[in-house]
Amino acid sequence: MSIASIRYATLDAGRSYWGLLAMLAGVTLVGLAGFLHLEHEGHWITGMNNQVVWGIPHVFAVFLIVAASGALNVASIASVFGQGAYKPLARLSGLLAAGLLIGGLVILVLDLGRPDRLIVAMTYYNFKSIFAWNIFLYTGLLAVIAIYMFVLFQPAFARWTRAAGILALLWRLILTTGTGAIFGFLVARQGYDAAIMAPLFIIMSFSFGTAVFLLVLAAACHGSGRVLGDALLFRLKNLLTVFVSAVLYFVLAYHITNLYATEHHGYEAFILNFESLYSKLFWLGQVGLGSLLPLALFYSPKTRNCRVSTLVGASLVILGGLIQMYVIIIGGQAYPLVLFPGMEESSSFYDGVVASYIPSIWEFLLGFTGVAISLIVVVAGLGALGILPEDLSDPKPAS
Amino acid sequence: MLSAVALTAFTNASAEGLGPFIPKAKGEQCVEPTQVMRERHWEFILHQRDETMYKGIRTTRHSLKNCLECHVQPDEEGRFPRSSEMSHFCTSCHVFAGIRVDCFECHADRPHEAYGAIPRHSRLSLNDLFRKRAVR
Amino acid sequence: MSLDLTRREFLQGAGAAGALTLAPGVFLYAKDPKVPVTDAVRWGLLVDTRLCQEDCDACVTACNEEHNLEDLGRPETDAQWIRKLTVRDPLGGRTISLPMMCQHCEHPPCVDVCPTGASFRRVDGIVLVDKHTCIGCRYCMMACPYKARSFIHENLTEQLPHAPRGKGCVESCTMCVHKVDAGENTTACAEACHKDGHQAILFGDLNDPDSEISKRIREFGATQIRADLGLNTGVRYQNL
Repeated sequence: MSIASIRYATLDAGRSYWGLLAMLAGVTLVGLAGFLHLEHEGHWITGMNNQVVWGIPHVFAVFLIVAASGALNVASIASVFGQGAYKPLARLSGLLAAGLLIGGLVILVLDLGRPDRLIVAMTYYNFKSIFAWNIFLYTGLLAVIAIYMFVLFQPAFARWTRAAGILALLWRLILTTGTGAIFGFLVARQGYDAAIMAPLFIIMSFSFGTAVFLLVLAAACHGSGRVLGDALLFRLKNLLTVFVSAVLYFVLAYHITNLYATEHHGYEAFILNFESLYSKLFWLGQVGLGSLLPLALFYSPKTRNCRVSTLVGASLVILGGLIQMYVIIIGGQAYPLVLFPGMEESSSFYDGVVASYIPSIWEFLLGFTGVAISLIVVVAGLGALGILPEDLSDPKPAS
Repeated sequence: MLSAVALTAFTNASAEGLGPFIPKAKGEQCVEPTQVMRERHWEFILHQRDETMYKGIRTTRHSLKNCLECHVQPDEEGRFPRSSEMSHFCTSCHVFAGIRVDCFECHADRPHEAYGAIPRHSRLSLNDLFRKRAVR
Repeated sequence: MSLDLTRREFLQGAGAAGALTLAPGVFLYAKDPKVPVTDAVRWGLLVDTRLCQEDCDACVTACNEEHNLEDLGRPETDAQWIRKLTVRDPLGGRTISLPMMCQHCEHPPCVDVCPTGASFRRVDGIVLVDKHTCIGCRYCMMACPYKARSFIHENLTEQLPHAPRGKGCVESCTMCVHKVDAGENTTACAEACHKDGHQAILFGDLNDPDSEISKRIREFGATQIRADLGLNTGVRYQNL
């Protein structure tokens, strides 16, 4: 199938299309109302505190940003590695990445203590800060995606597709490295301060992004009455299988390395001993629901050729990904900082004890707002531009 | 640009006697001529802000603290207006001009003496009280 | 006016006089308010844990009063610039008590990670937050090895003129920079500890070999907390 033969079409803006957009707008409005309340009152109404300074909003935001990078997998495979089967989906890949990124960034901004000073964040830079670099990497990726999409949409620029694809691939790898480095650079925290955070985040992005892509593609096809061929769906599933296994491998490597160093045994026990909430989330949520169960669904002879179990598996990967973010972000902060190695510490400021964190509705509202905004971008894009090919059914066998 | 528009409105309104209520200040003369202050007070404060923050320069001429020392004065009952009230010097003009300032989200909105009168209420430091007695 | 003159302002007025004798043996050097701070000095604190009493929190109370850190009854979100930390050795059970606050590092992780540069180190060694450019992202709180920072989780209205603080920004110990700039040569915590007769906290210039703090460090040695991180802290401890 040559690119020229692919016909794209916008989604029909029928009642269900507008209904979906209205529903997403409603979620966004409720979330923004919650944001105004949070801004008015201050962060004390949330579950975040001076011990756990990043909460549910950051779980959602980092997940969306990481998934955005991974949503470009299909574009990279199509445009950089020349896999023809994915070429029709490159546009959706770019749109989804942009949407997820925008949603994640909105959450990060809305959670700031002083969101009114966004202009300060844009005009004052400390270039030693990986956070400042990320501001450029995130906004830069949006620009790179715009270039890539432009090239895809303009047949006259078709010969630049590979170059734009390579730019996007490199940019997103750097971006996810930067996101992982936010945690990797925290030298004092027991759960972070590990170089493996950067590659771990890259492989997490591949997994979460592909899972989201698979679900969005299936939903868009279902909603627009297109036939999504088994070949394409299961191909994506197979790709996801590799990524889910790879995430498990990196998580294993991270914990094995930590376990070798006695100084990390405290934190490792905290995550692995099945006593703390974070440990239960790790084993049951991240490993069980989010990794092993999807792998079983994807591999098992009974379910591997089943469309429903593929979709269920991808959903579980997303759920497991959010839980993994929760374990990394919240668990890493809840575990006490060690000021005096080998000593027992206590104070009025929760030294030496596991910090408590009870998420609040306000934080979830911020998270849902980000997800809703991501989806609004995707749905609006699908409605306005020829993103989705008219025909995604399996190619007919040559007769 | 915006502030220029606001300033014009302000000047015109003042000329017609429709200007903001300007609480009386302590002393005869401001640190700069009135017109200069009207046009540029924010530049002075902003400049002083960074000088104090980063270099520890604590001259009082253009400091926000010094503004409050003269311009925020007690009423007949000895009560100092808060920045949330229209009788506050900064607030009265800024509400009139429609320019929101966030200085007083962090900065004290009253002169130092406002705290001396009610030490426990404002939880003034015992050290401060001790200091005052020592100087007296 | 003269009745309300604080010692700080008094000292500024007396700047031309240079040094002022407040009490026998106590000299205060008034810093000229016009002159920028320099790196010729490095302000620091020295804590002798042997002199620090476990049941005493005079330093904490003094800091809270100096900066009006209110107790809002929400210990998880209430700001603490200085806290009393009890450290127990599981082998033998020796227990020491010490004040823990911003360690005013020479290489502060909070400054490294701050995206806007709001978290900065003044050339005289005091680590501060410029709340005019702090956007409240809290990355510095993630990075600080000492948990020295607090985020302001609510609206405040009772700030003192010398201690601006407000919702949505991060803050921490300023080493009483307002006192330092006024040439008071002490901090609220050191003053309170001194007044209570413990004298466990000593403020001074780490760059001046003749300062009391330098002499004591030279004679008895002093350790950094988490020295392994290589941050070169401005707050040092003895008898840990």
